Amino acid sequence: MKQLRPNDMMLQVSMRLITLIIFAFSFYLFLAGHNNPGGGFIGGLMTASAILVLYLAFDMKTITKAIPFNFTTMIGVGLLFAVFTGIASMLYGFPFLTQFFDYFQFPVFGEVELTTALPFDLGVYLVVVGAALTIILAIAEDDK
Amino acid sequence: MNNLIILPIIIPFIIGAVLIIFAKHHRLQRVVSGFTAVGMLILSIYLAIVVYQDGVIVLEAGNWAAPFGIVLVADMFATLMVLLTSLLSAACLFFAFKTITPKREKFFFYPFYFFLLVGVNGAFLTGDIFNLFVFFEVMLLSSYALIVNGGTKYQLRESFKYVIINVFASALFVVAVAWLYSVTGTLNMAHISERVAELEQTGVVNVIAIMFFIVFASKGALFPLYFWLPKSYFGPPAAIAALFGGLLTKVGIYAIIRVFTLIFYHEPTYTHKAVIVTIAGFTMLFGVLGAVSQFDFKRILSYHIISQVGYMVMGLGIFTPLAVAGAIYYIVHHMIVKTALFLFAGAAERVTGTTDLKKMGGLLKTHPVLSWMFFISAISLAGIPPFSGFFSKFPIILAGFQEEQYIISGVALLVGLLTLFSMMKIFSYAFWGKQKHTDEQAKLPIGKLLLPIAPLVALTIILGIAAEPIFQYSLQVAEQIMDPSIYIESVLKE
Repeated sequence: MKQLRPNDMMLQVSMRLITLIIFAFSFYLFLAGHNNPGGGFIGGLMTASAILVLYLAFDMKTITKAIPFNFTTMIGVGLLFAVFTGIASMLYGFPFLTQFFDYFQFPVFGEVELTTALPFDLGVYLVVVGAALTIILAIAEDDK
Repeated sequence: MNNLIILPIIIPFIIGAVLIIFAKHHRLQRVVSGFTAVGMLILSIYLAIVVYQDGVIVLEAGNWAAPFGIVLVADMFATLMVLLTSLLSAACLFFAFKTITPKREKFFFYPFYFFLLVGVNGAFLTGDIFNLFVFFEVMLLSSYALIVNGGTKYQLRESFKYVIINVFASALFVVAVAWLYSVTGTLNMAHISERVAELEQTGVVNVIAIMFFIVFASKGALFPLYFWLPKSYFGPPAAIAALFGGLLTKVGIYAIIRVFTLIFYHEPTYTHKAVIVTIAGFTMLFGVLGAVSQFDFKRILSYHIISQVGYMVMGLGIFTPLAVAGAIYYIVHHMIVKTALFLFAGAAERVTGTTDLKKMGGLLKTHPVLSWMFFISAISLAGIPPFSGFFSKFPIILAGFQEEQYIISGVALLVGLLTLFSMMKIFSYAFWGKQKHTDEQAKLPIGKLLLPIAPLVALTIILGIAAEPIFQYSLQVAEQIMDPSIYIESVLKE
């Protein structure tokens, strides 16, 4: 039986906008981490929810074409990011996971704090996005 | 500060992550994981030697000083367990190469295998009680994935129970940690030990101690929380069942020994000699009775895990250096022999296509090497000299009589007899008697399957013949863990 497809013009148009806002906010949360509320985990979950909203508004095929990442691989890459941040400090003779930070002047942004916790958080971010979407898509694909 | 002891945790972590990325390349996965397993074995031997010669190594992760940061502590007991883990995981991995079907391999078998090792090694090496919980969870989450690997109906049904009991125990674990934190105000195990010593282990601390005992007892399959074990270990393929049977319950036992020698050791007449010894007696007896009543190769072995775990806890409960050394010797012996036996069950299943003893028979004639290797391991498990089983049971039971714990020592002797009975049952049904498998099955070559098991069988013989030096080593380990000040001083550096 052919599935009836409702006209979801409104949803698709508004979601394009909303997704952009969620993406921006999740990126802000990701960068705000380790000093303020936020970080890789929350940022990652929010990014995953933004992508999920797209999956809801459009169909699976369209989005899979638009975001051609393999989310399972993303988990592996994220884990490696996190662990190599820890190992980097070992190479300089410090204990595993020692973190460093300093303040730098940048032309547009002014004074910015750069920390080695950021690549670690990026790892967490990738793992969370990858894991959340792998789980949700695995359940969604059960329909077929 | 020494980064050496983090390596047994991060190497399997990195390899696991890399293998996720290359999940589709079967050959690459096998080569990489095989080399890693051998490398881990060499590393853990080196680590054990370094700690034996230079004493306890402490790593303050992130350069945060104890007791504020998280510490990793490698004492002799922890490095011994890491060494055994690497040994068993290598043996099971090489056995898995020959037996795991590509269908099962596809579902991230190797990544989860290594993440399991991350959790197990982490649980052995951590010096922080909340971190212990975290590493338990890493281990359990990977074990959930491995135990349903393949997804047969039986596996799904029994794994569900396995997941439920473990999730419940983990929740209890967090509650116990929170309660301990509210009483002592710290999570560093050395620091907790100091604070508990100041509190003199009053009523509340005793309750927390028993709560920890319940948590670890359900992970380590002690009476009356062992019911999940025999059925859930029956489902997965032999390589996974062997790894779980050799390794996972022993992590619970390790945690019991660690917690009850480092933190809650002030009232041994109540916690050790009353509660733990009683539970140990029931565990041994019910485990072995379960084994005697079964008629299936793998199920008998699963029930024997329970009865043997009882011996280790009994050693701790008697709480003299001799008994604890016996318990440690027993852990070494048990992990090696139990894994070997499970792998033999897998090899026999490969030949006959079943693990039901009534449908097996005559393996001795068609596969003599398998049969005699099984025979050695089986009588070693039952405690017949000159193999390792005898020399590990002997000190525990001897210490039991010395401490006038006659009932538990009697139970231990009886259980040894019944173990022999059920091992001989397997031998007489599956290996003696008329050949029940077809002639085609009789010609199946299983030499390659026996290759990874051979070192384990050799070790049980060596552990028996060279009992003297190895027992001296266990005695040193026991003396080190029974003197908590060594642990505390190396962590807090006072």
